[in-house]
Amino acid sequence: MKSTTIPLHRNPKLRSFVVQASLLLLVAYALFSVYQTTVSNLEERGIKTSTSFFDEVAPFKVGYSPFLEFKLGETTYIEVFFIGVLNTLLVAVLGILAATVLGFFIGIMRTSQNWLASKCALFYVETFRNMPLLLQIMFWNFAIFLAFLPPPKQSIEMGVFFLNSRGLHTPVPFIENHLLSTIWFGVIFASFVGTFVFAKWSKKRFESTGKSLPVFLISLSSIITVSYITFVILGSPLGIDIPVLGKFNFKGGGQLPLPLFSLWFALTIYTSAFIAENVRAGISSISKGQVEAARSIGLTRTQMVKMIILPQALRVVIPPTISQYLNLTKNSSLAIAVGFEEVVAVWANISLNQTGQALIIIAMTIVFYECCSLFTSFILNIYNKRVQITER
Amino acid sequence: MKKITSLLTGVAFAGIAFANAAYATTLEEVQSRGELRCGVDGGVAGFSAPNDAGKMVGIDASVCDAVAAAVFGDASKVTYIPLTAAERFTALTAGEIDMVSRNTTHTLTRDATLGVNFTYYNFIDGQGFMVAKDAGLSSVKDLDGASICVQTGTTTELNMADYFRNGGMDFTPVGYSTSVQTREGLEGGACDALTSDASQLAAIRSETADPNAWTMLPEIISKEPLGPVVRQGDDQWMDIVAWTLYALINAEELGITSANVDAMKADSPNPSVGRIVGSEGETGANLGLSQDWAYNAIKQVGNYGEIYERTVEPLGIPRAGSVNDLWTRGGILYAPPVR
Repeated sequence: MKSTTIPLHRNPKLRSFVVQASLLLLVAYALFSVYQTTVSNLEERGIKTSTSFFDEVAPFKVGYSPFLEFKLGETTYIEVFFIGVLNTLLVAVLGILAATVLGFFIGIMRTSQNWLASKCALFYVETFRNMPLLLQIMFWNFAIFLAFLPPPKQSIEMGVFFLNSRGLHTPVPFIENHLLSTIWFGVIFASFVGTFVFAKWSKKRFESTGKSLPVFLISLSSIITVSYITFVILGSPLGIDIPVLGKFNFKGGGQLPLPLFSLWFALTIYTSAFIAENVRAGISSISKGQVEAARSIGLTRTQMVKMIILPQALRVVIPPTISQYLNLTKNSSLAIAVGFEEVVAVWANISLNQTGQALIIIAMTIVFYECCSLFTSFILNIYNKRVQITER
Repeated sequence: MKKITSLLTGVAFAGIAFANAAYATTLEEVQSRGELRCGVDGGVAGFSAPNDAGKMVGIDASVCDAVAAAVFGDASKVTYIPLTAAERFTALTAGEIDMVSRNTTHTLTRDATLGVNFTYYNFIDGQGFMVAKDAGLSSVKDLDGASICVQTGTTTELNMADYFRNGGMDFTPVGYSTSVQTREGLEGGACDALTSDASQLAAIRSETADPNAWTMLPEIISKEPLGPVVRQGDDQWMDIVAWTLYALINAEELGITSANVDAMKADSPNPSVGRIVGSEGETGANLGLSQDWAYNAIKQVGNYGEIYERTVEPLGIPRAGSVNDLWTRGGILYAPPVR
């Protein structure tokens, strides 16, 4: 019998392994030499690169850090980085929530039978989608809010809310009695669990008997009632810190500074125009037969939207909306124009300028945005998988 | 074949990474390019801002002009690159520009860690605060708890933080990336005060809708020696920039102006004058420039006093007896001799 062994140099598996391995080595070598050249060039120009500045005290002040307290003379550079990161995440989350709600609203309006509503939505989308975002951010901040909002002493009062050229000042609850507050939070948690069980039961009941209940309304009203009643019974365990006008501005309470507000507003308006178009595309993609079929089996309009239109539309809406969320997060870096202290402003701008550590600082900023985007798309892809058609 | 191509690409990539371009000196680069690339602010009246005809003018822009005149014999061979405070050093060390003349404060950290060298000062400044006249504030001490507009990436925000920390006072910074935006912020009510170098405050005030509505608080809280900056590692170029500035100051001290420089060159008996205008000694050759380098700078741009009078004086910052006057007249402007 003739031997069927292939000689080594003709073995396709081995050959491709050798070629690919050597290519990989070359690429790794190329990257390494790029790194080395950069470092040696920096050294040659007298620029020192090291991470030792992380633990140095930041010599400047960050004005807005709602999650980590900024103490002048104690807060270090690395803490400034985290303050920037948290501020970016804050505006991204606020922006995503608002843009989604507004975008769905405008998108549904756009597909409405009402001529006026549909044209208004069209006008909105075409106006805001086609203007550069930086221009919009600066327009809202400098030309609208700063120009029309009054100085602190003539603030617009809305009960315990105060609006002026520095931003929106809100009352903030604080814990007066630890034990009673814990009990209260426990009760609220329990009522959430209760409504969850109730929703499951009602779904089962619907599937077996066909009788349905307004689950959302019942749940919401019972949670509110339960938490209000226990709050009163426990004798108000939470106090409320109401902002008071000081010499220059309101003190105490919470603050939504104007730069954050302008940025959030502009990002929301801009991104919602894109999301509205995604929603319109989703709704238009459903064939008319689906609607007619839903009507012919006697579903109400609400049931039709909830059970026929929305689940099918979401399959089309979600994937492009994910990229809008990512865009919004990345676009928040334009905040520097209005002075909101997110990661690019405090880290890639102020910290970089004060330390000169361009390589490390820019790399960290890139990695942060990269992680942020990957995480967002990871979460939304899981959700996307759930709403796609389950194929057997 | 495909594999071989990608393999070759990899090799080429590695090769590029390794190839070290031969360094030309900055002077050679500037000369072969035929123009000076000079980083300026571009938005601060009196320092560097476009005039009605679109030409960049100001005391910072004039330094660029003088260096171009010294190198090319033609002060117009300058491209001004407007930069934010945060961009200026990176643009310089990356080689995008040949020098920075952008109201830049000389500090130890910048000098020692950024790969740049400071030459001399074309304006000596200090940080002040500007507030609304009707706010009833008479001192920086009254600003405890105030919001303060500031340009980010500057020494200004550091001085402010130090000053308030030292005095046990609180403040909220409102940081913008350009000085124009800080003005818009102050005028729009985003902050109670605006802080910057006193000269810049004067420039900013001159650009507000109603300059009379704003006033400066009396305290000057810092030292801000401003001057041109060059890349580290090219001593010849540093000498050229520094000595061009020195020549302008020496010219004023010796009474050489753009108007009389020709007459001085023809028949001044003073050897110090002769060395500046190029009728005596080898000053130009030592710097790698032509014999009439300083003559060209003075002839085309004017001496330091003329420049100041033309650019900063109109902002309402008088010079007589201030730190920016010559040492012979009670100021601290003192240039080493050209010889």
